[in-house]
Amino acid sequence: MFEARIHVTLKKSVLDPQGDTVRSGLASLGFQGVSDCRIGKFMVLRLDERDMARAKAQVDEMCRKLLANPVIEDYVFQITEAAE
Amino acid sequence: MKWGVLIFPGTWSHQDFAHVFQDVLKVDWDYIWHKETSVAGYDCLFLPGGFAHGDYLRCGAIARFSPVMDAVIRFAREGGPVMGSCNGFQILCEAGLLPGALLRNTSLQYRCRWVHIRTERCDTPFTRAARPGQVLKIPISHGEGRYFAPPETLARLRRNGQIVFRYSTPDGQITDAANPNGALENIAGVCNEGRNVLGLMPHPERASEALLGSEDGRLLFESVLTAALRR
Repeated sequence: MFEARIHVTLKKSVLDPQGDTVRSGLASLGFQGVSDCRIGKFMVLRLDERDMARAKAQVDEMCRKLLANPVIEDYVFQITEAAE
Repeated sequence: MKWGVLIFPGTWSHQDFAHVFQDVLKVDWDYIWHKETSVAGYDCLFLPGGFAHGDYLRCGAIARFSPVMDAVIRFAREGGPVMGSCNGFQILCEAGLLPGALLRNTSLQYRCRWVHIRTERCDTPFTRAARPGQVLKIPISHGEGRYFAPPETLARLRRNGQIVFRYSTPDGQITDAANPNGALENIAGVCNEGRNVLGLMPHPERASEALLGSEDGRLLFESVLTAALRR
């Protein structure tokens, strides 16, 4: 059993008005040192899979086919062993 | 000629299309539920606006996997005319039938108002009845309509003449002020390379009677009626 933790964010080349708004919110709170803020999605999947390499390949395919849109988004994920 | 109006769970503009087809244009039409696996017998397909499958994950991302979409993709690949407006445009992009993607409006606000769009291309089944450069007054109603495509895709769209509509002023000027959502190059609608699939954010079905403030949207449907479709 594995757990996959997936982050999906807008590509650097894509304007993220939500991130910009949060950054200016932080600035008005006094947090002046934030030069950039990007908002994304965080997903946690539990996988009934015993082989790490296969789990990685599966999650990568899931990201490419559904969880992220390659036109606008990038994704990264970590996979760890999870308790049965 | 028979037209099909697709309904996904969460679609909400289908009755507006139905009203225009039934009462204004008096064409033969029917609804197509998303569980259908065939679109045989239809000559033109319309994907209305709404929030198909709740727009969970991304707008249109789940609708792409509805059973009917395989049939829609086959229909489109064979040259059948397909039009998606608003959420329908988002679904067509997610399904890979149209290039690019639609992102959150730059304003972060839902925009529901009249806009003007300039017809850039009249060589699609949906714009054949328009004059080149004709400005249409049609409403928008969306929170995620900012058209985006990577630079190389955008260059290809320009080269192939796939940019069909741009947001403009009433007299056809392409300005930042006329752009309601931050779309790249004021893009309001694009077609595929085969020119038979059109997606646009504005709602032509809500501007097909003078009583509603504009009849300009009807021109897209009348184009289909007058088009000599190679089917």
